[in-house]
Amino acid sequence: MTLAIDLALVEETAKLLYVRALKLLPDDIKRGFDRLYQAESDGTARTILETMRANIEVAEKTDNLLCQDTGIPIYNVVIGRDVQVDGAGLKAAIRRGCERATRDYPLRSSVVHPLTRVNEHTSCGAKVPVINIDFSERPEELAIEMIPKGSGSENGSFLKMCIPAEGVDGIKTFVIDRVIEAGGKVCPPTIVGVGVGGTSDLCMHLAKLAATRPLGSACADPEGARLERALSDAVNRLGIGPQGLGGDATAFAVHVELAATHITMNPVAVNIQCHSARRASAVFRPDGVTIGA
Amino acid sequence: MAHHRFEPPIDKAAARSLRVGDTVTLEGTLYGIRDATQIAMFDRGRPTRFDLRGHAVIHTAPNVRKVPVSPAAPVGYEPVCVGTTTSARMERFTLPLMRDHGVRLIIGKGGLGADSQRAFAELGGAYLAIIGGAAALETTWIEAIEDVDLDELNPESLWRFRVKGFGPLLVAMDAVGGSLYDGVRRTAASRRAAALAALGVRG
Repeated sequence: MTLAIDLALVEETAKLLYVRALKLLPDDIKRGFDRLYQAESDGTARTILETMRANIEVAEKTDNLLCQDTGIPIYNVVIGRDVQVDGAGLKAAIRRGCERATRDYPLRSSVVHPLTRVNEHTSCGAKVPVINIDFSERPEELAIEMIPKGSGSENGSFLKMCIPAEGVDGIKTFVIDRVIEAGGKVCPPTIVGVGVGGTSDLCMHLAKLAATRPLGSACADPEGARLERALSDAVNRLGIGPQGLGGDATAFAVHVELAATHITMNPVAVNIQCHSARRASAVFRPDGVTIGA
Repeated sequence: MAHHRFEPPIDKAAARSLRVGDTVTLEGTLYGIRDATQIAMFDRGRPTRFDLRGHAVIHTAPNVRKVPVSPAAPVGYEPVCVGTTTSARMERFTLPLMRDHGVRLIIGKGGLGADSQRAFAELGGAYLAIIGGAAALETTWIEAIEDVDLDELNPESLWRFRVKGFGPLLVAMDAVGGSLYDGVRRTAASRRAAALAALGVRG
């Protein structure tokens, strides 16, 4: 059998996912708040975490956006086996859905031309929304994940082409120093995404994948998983705390994603996700579309 | 750790009385301002018809909806979701905002830098931390969008909100050199070596 993708349904889904992601925080992030709150020893930090949790409830009760920052829209598409889809049409449908969400809701369009700074009020522009396409082994399935990436934390993005002689120590030191440098600007508690290896562009992309991975998930590589556990513990010893106003809860976690690299290279990238770690996804199967976090 | 309830405009003495750790709740008028707003005002010489003397500004670019003009929406905008943004990008605008326009209080997240701290001390002002990413809650403190200027910059217009019970906001930088962010920076710097040692990094 073959799953044939209806592009009108893709457009509606792209629209729905943008608004849903902006309103409903995934359960793993909510549980992350519970965990940080229980462990927090600083009074101000506890108050801030309480307010953040209250905000999640208010957003749900008032059917409002969690954060004013509608972000840069990112759509991650994973196409399984035996899926029949017009690729160019898929990208166009996602773009139309993103634009309609912005106009119809209406959402603040946070997207401008990088030189003229002109805002088309569509959340779209050259190469935006970002649409990443990948493939999976799953039969008759197409998944779309929507991530509105907030700018306060996206501005906390860093790349260093470390050299082999700097070793893993160079990677660890870079992560710690960038978390200190970012301080409260990236809206902690955060998910610190770390990319290790690859080329410069792949390394940065890995950091983004790491920053937007659900809490509780682990790096598939055992060495990467060990590194992310150690870094998760270390960043929460720095005392930066929620909103950079002091406390234990600097990060929900550090996530690491890695790729093979060149014998002369040792690249490390950091991409940070703020506490409003928003995402929504849809899975297209023969029996219909399932919407979730 | 005092709590202050202000209905701006406020005078210099009121701004100078704030100390880090105090909390503030605002009533009445609050202005919204952003990167593009201040680039237009201070780099391109765009004037505003608003009188900001003694007022509070929040670093924001809200989600708004266009609606028919009514007493609840005097300029045809209603707030959808209003929160804050990272203040550090707008560091160089604190001085002209205070010196040329008489602004007393700046509200945002993540803190401001040394130039702003000096401006607060010399001119009488303070930075109030609001929680970034808590905009659904903060929107419930906004009654209306009363007026807007420089609206060709939308959403980075210069907004005038009417607020009710806007807070509590935390005084995070004051006019006597106090900064909660400096304290946290010092703490983080002092703990860096221990964090790296725990990671097995050779010093």
